[in-house]
Amino acid sequence: MLARIKEFLGMEAKPKEEASQQEVEKVAEEEKAKPRIGYIHLSGCTGDVMSLSENYDILAPLLTEMVDIVYGQTLADVWWDDENPMPEMDLALVEGSVCLQDEHSMKELLEVREKAGLVVAFGSCAATGCFTRYSRGGQQANPRHESFVPIADVVKVDLAMPGCPPSPEIIAKTVVAVINGDMDYLQPMMDLVGYTEACGCDLQLKVVNQALCIGCGTCAMSCPTRAVGMTNGRPEVNSDRCVKCGVCYIQCPRSWWPADRIKQDLGL
Amino acid sequence: MVLGTYKQIVHARSTDKQIQKISQDGGIATGLLCFALDEKIIDGAVVAGPSDEMWKPEPTVALSSDEILAAAGTKYTLSPNMWMVKEAVRQYGLEKAGIVTIPCQTMGLRKLQSYPIGVRFVAGKIALDIGIFCTENFPFESLKTFISAKAGVDFSLVEKMDIGKGKFWVHTADDVISFPIKETHGYEQSGCKVCLDLVSELSDISTGSIGAPDGWSSVLTRTEPGETIFSQAVDAGLIETKPMDEGKFGLEMLTKLAKSKKEKAMKEIDQRKELGLPVPYKASSEKEDPLANV
Ligand SMILES: Cc1cc2nc3c(=O)[nH]c(=O)nc-3n(C[C@H](O)[C@H](O)[C@H](O)COP(=O)(O)OP(=O)(O)OC[C@H]3O[C@@H](n4cnc5c(N)ncnc54)[C@H](O)[C@@H]3O)c2cc1C
Ligand code: SF4
Ligand code: SF4
Ligand code: SF4
Repeated sequence: MLARIKEFLGMEAKPKEEASQQEVEKVAEEEKAKPRIGYIHLSGCTGDVMSLSENYDILAPLLTEMVDIVYGQTLADVWWDDENPMPEMDLALVEGSVCLQDEHSMKELLEVREKAGLVVAFGSCAATGCFTRYSRGGQQANPRHESFVPIADVVKVDLAMPGCPPSPEIIAKTVVAVINGDMDYLQPMMDLVGYTEACGCDLQLKVVNQALCIGCGTCAMSCPTRAVGMTNGRPEVNSDRCVKCGVCYIQCPRSWWPADRIKQDLGL
Repeated sequence: MVLGTYKQIVHARSTDKQIQKISQDGGIATGLLCFALDEKIIDGAVVAGPSDEMWKPEPTVALSSDEILAAAGTKYTLSPNMWMVKEAVRQYGLEKAGIVTIPCQTMGLRKLQSYPIGVRFVAGKIALDIGIFCTENFPFESLKTFISAKAGVDFSLVEKMDIGKGKFWVHTADDVISFPIKETHGYEQSGCKVCLDLVSELSDISTGSIGAPDGWSSVLTRTEPGETIFSQAVDAGLIETKPMDEGKFGLEMLTKLAKSKKEKAMKEIDQRKELGLPVPYKASSEKEDPLANV
């Protein structure tokens, strides 16, 4: 299975499309009970689900054969209201932070926690608050909406998949890992649930200040807003550009080190 | 296994006279990248290219053999090569990028490939990673200090720097000056103290000078693609090989140095853990092989 995922992700020479197609079809065949998935859109920009949909070559079989989308306003036209109770879900992808002043969002999030087996903070807004951390209210349509927090501040979260947006590849890898019950692969995402206060300044505080930085440049490469440069071999963060997505620190080889998985992926 | 998993270990050098002349050791990094580019195995490569300042490398996306050649030779200071990986794919449109990395950069690259959490459509476009050996690295100001204060040479006159046989060597047009490597201690960046990897254990092909005769390199092929590309370059006559010297100055030396680097790092890691300082690796007591890079 992993070998096939690797092929899909272009880590081996095999033609991409072909491999991924087979991969997904295989998973679809193997699965008897398709996991029921919900997508909940709170205060995010829809970028995360757009990224999911960028898995062009696997999207159709993913949505139609591998999983059942049972709830969501974007992927399935299912709304929750007084007449239609929210369905039970195996996994709920929650995009966006939650606004403490928005009663509807709060209610929906609490209900999702009730109805879903696994709650995933999908994207940095849900996981770390991301750019919604800068909100101070006073805007239309609701000037009272000012406090946007990562969903883990309000409900128990099982997996965090940060990213602004998370890459299409990590979404595909995670979905496959969930379907296969590959807990080893998911472990870092479970650990990241606790990383709710992200900032470019983590590179300074948690890496450089801790005598761990080796000037590899992975952080600067990863930043989606080009907020990180490298000066004299150390990251330099322009805080005006930082959206607090956490990606730089998460990709840094000195924050956490998944050695076993890497060796397995490389066949070493 | 202190040298990591590998398929074969040999001595090798580029057969190209020009590459031999400008390279640090056997010209394996430059030779293989040029070969891979010619054969369209890669369509460009991230290398530590020249900058406006002498001996201060700048991570560069090389699209031609000339640009790869311009990056030959070791610069003993920080070149954040991983920084340019997204640039290579997005701005330069590379579909099959090559890259040269020191072991810690290799680790950044491999983590990105296994967990491309926030980086979209980049990880799968790195086709070849040539890892070079590394004992430690120096901030640029440290390097300047060695050259001017310890070797007493004007920076602009330096033609080559090298570490070997326990010494730091500075070559100028008409002189070779050396001082004991011990004198560089305290100048290296402190992040290196917890580094468990001398030989780029996670690269496709790793290469360095330790254990090899002058003008040659020690080479370890590791992954399938790495082994294939190396064999192809040998078959094409662009790289020549000879069996690894198993003796005291060959494999024994390489093994010894890889092991002692790991032992030193593990001591530091254990100490940091005791103090409650963060470190991404396990303590000796937490792992099966106390010297593994985990
Ligand atoms: C900081 C540092 C420390 C090293 N320490 C050791 C050591 O202890 N023992 C040992 O055997 N070998 C060490 N090496 C590797 C060695 O110096 C040679 O680079 C290696 O043997 C490759 O030689 P070559 O002739 O094949 O490469 P060449 O054909 O000369 O090409 C060298 C390649 O290395 C890249 N490069 C140069 N400087 C850097 C840099 N600072 N960061 C990243 N990439 C760079 C260039 O892009 C170029 O492509 C070290 C290298 C570096 C950069
Ligand atoms: S990614 Fe590399 S350069 Fe950036 S903080 Fe981490 S170790 Fe330093
Ligand atoms: S510096 Fe960039 S990657 Fe890091 S948290 Fe800020 S926006 Fe995200
Ligand atoms: S010793 Fe390790 S951490 Fe330091 S520069 Fe070399 S590879 Fe990187």
